[in-house]
Amino acid sequence: MTGTPVLALDGVIKDYVGDAGAFRALHGVSVHVAAGEFMSIMGPSGSGKSTLMNIIGCLDTATEGQYHFEGVDTATLSEAELAHLRNRGIGFVFQSFNLLPRLSALGNVALPLVYSGVPRGERDARAQAMLEAVGLGDKPRSRPSQLSGGQQQRVAVARALVNNPQLLLADEPTGALDSKTGVEVMALFRDLNRTRHVTVVIVTHDPEVARATDRVVRIQDGLIFYDGPPTEAALYGHAEVET
Amino acid sequence: MLGSMLAEAWSALLANRLRSSLTMLGMIIGVAAVILMLAIGGGVQKQVSDSIAGLGSNMLIVTAGSSRSGGFMGGAGSGASLRLEDADAIAALPDVLAVAPSANIPAQVVAGPSNWATQVTGSVPAWFAVQEWRPADGRTFSDMEERAAARVALIGQTVADNLFGANDPIGQQVRIKGVSFTVIGVMAPRGQGFGGMDRDDMIIVPLTTASRQLQGNNFRRSIRTISVSVDSAEVLDKVDADITTLLRRKHKIKTGDPDDFSVNNLTAVTDTMSSVTASISLLLAAIGSISLVVGGIGIMNIMLVSVTERTREIGIRMAIGASRRAVRLQFLLEALMLSLLGCSIGVAVGAGLSMLAGNAIGFDTSVTASAVVIAFLVSASIGIFFGWYPANQAAKLSPIEALRS
Ligand SMILES: Nc1ncnc2c1ncn2[C@@H]1O[C@H](COP(=O)(O)OP(=O)(O)OP(=O)(O)O)[C@@H](O)[C@H]1O
Ligand SMILES: [Mg+2]
Repeated sequence: MTGTPVLALDGVIKDYVGDAGAFRALHGVSVHVAAGEFMSIMGPSGSGKSTLMNIIGCLDTATEGQYHFEGVDTATLSEAELAHLRNRGIGFVFQSFNLLPRLSALGNVALPLVYSGVPRGERDARAQAMLEAVGLGDKPRSRPSQLSGGQQQRVAVARALVNNPQLLLADEPTGALDSKTGVEVMALFRDLNRTRHVTVVIVTHDPEVARATDRVVRIQDGLIFYDGPPTEAALYGHAEVET
Repeated sequence: MLGSMLAEAWSALLANRLRSSLTMLGMIIGVAAVILMLAIGGGVQKQVSDSIAGLGSNMLIVTAGSSRSGGFMGGAGSGASLRLEDADAIAALPDVLAVAPSANIPAQVVAGPSNWATQVTGSVPAWFAVQEWRPADGRTFSDMEERAAARVALIGQTVADNLFGANDPIGQQVRIKGVSFTVIGVMAPRGQGFGGMDRDDMIIVPLTTASRQLQGNNFRRSIRTISVSVDSAEVLDKVDADITTLLRRKHKIKTGDPDDFSVNNLTAVTDTMSSVTASISLLLAAIGSISLVVGGIGIMNIMLVSVTERTREIGIRMAIGASRRAVRLQFLLEALMLSLLGCSIGVAVGAGLSMLAGNAIGFDTSVTASAVVIAFLVSASIGIFFGWYPANQAAKLSPIEALRS
């Protein structure tokens, strides 16, 4: 692929500083992702996947190293510019859904548009269209507590995509779902990747999920040790203890 | 964005109905207290200035005896320094409309089986003009009757009620200090005066009659009080000075010696009284404001709790693109909504209480528009002031820390 990569991490180090001293969760991670890629990140628990995703999602910052989003060094961005980037450039699907319980499904999906200053009518129309795209067009008024886990996850996906971001980040989007619903959500991602050309990065433990992607990055102890197509060796190559 | 943020703030308050109402209660009490205090203060102020104006605003009162130098040695009105000739001389001054020398005698009054203790004023027909007070029924006495010491009397409404009840007093006899008078008029009711005194509890008789028959003084030419009415309020000070010069000359007082009389200007009294009542209402409002500040602290407290409880929500919002400004605005709006909603209810409660208080004490305690505007401005400031810190705490959170909570 050509052109500027959507995201480019170079030598990213992350130290968590706590009472017990500093803990290095990432030991210098470099990865470039081009526009339109559909990739997954795998690794054992505690290997630093979520840490990496939070940095890519501009929720956290790297201790050392560089992160360019669409060619822009994120270290140079102001708080307001980072907020803007999270709002328009990146859609984040969390492992634990993270929907706002007080808002309806429609309200949750429309929320990013509130922060983009989209007027109410257009907001609701776009949110409704997005709910339909994830197969929940009939439940705009439901609260998260009235939805199943899979439905909540789809609301979260709709929220992540409603502002047409270039990049969709999903941290174990299928972890809380049964395999059938998991397959549906993956199919949805693939469809969005094809039709909307969204770049998709998925963190997963599940080799079947990773198999459905075009590229697998494996990390362990904060370091990348595989970056390539989803070969059997890449998917099952290491003795991972799944819990 | 503001519209949907308002809607969100509203739903956040609704989500915690009981807590929001209790928080607002502080503001409600504070605003109601301020509104009530301002209304009562305003009512008292109005009452005082009305009753002073009712005494005659273009009026000067000259009393015998010095009030400016003697301290308690003489006391105003205690000397016998004013004479009827002084009244005539004052009447001749420019800008003077009418002059009424008068005497006041406390007396027991009897009519048939009823009796009543009241104040009897002896004066001349000009008194009615100076006081701007006319009889509602009957007539005033004439100069001729005054000179002839006629035994005629006009009575105040209170005296009429107490002595004659429902009967028509005109033409009836009243005995004042054993002397029989014919009632020729009933004065128009004037209601309560300054300090709650009943201004209708009085009788007016000719001055000559009063001094000869009631004070037992046939040749008395000295009097205690001379009321003077002037053209307009603007000339009060000038006439005041003219009277002082005139009387000092007539009384042959040497330069440097104190006056043996005093001239009182009622507008000066009005000014003093209104500044006193203004500071009283200010004090009352200040007391109310303390409860407002307490209400504001309540808002701050609950907003801090809210920010702590909703840290995760704040993290989610930031993760999907809420800027720090938007987060701060959201919590500020909630604080502002609490304070302004509390203010609205407080204004309503305060207005209701003011009405009840007004009915109870008989003052006009209407809530002024400016009091309402002030209440809203103050409440808005309180909402912003006390909401700022919690809102800033929320905005300061880092997205990832907030999400982890
Ligand atoms: N806030 C933090 N403070 C200190 N250490 C942290 C913090 N967050 C994560 N870590 C540590 O950093 C390492 C990487 O954590 P991370 O959450 O990225 O793992 P992960 O790969 O996402 O694991 P999982 O598959 O279980 O979600 C772990 O050892 C974890 O204990
Ligand atoms: Mg994780």
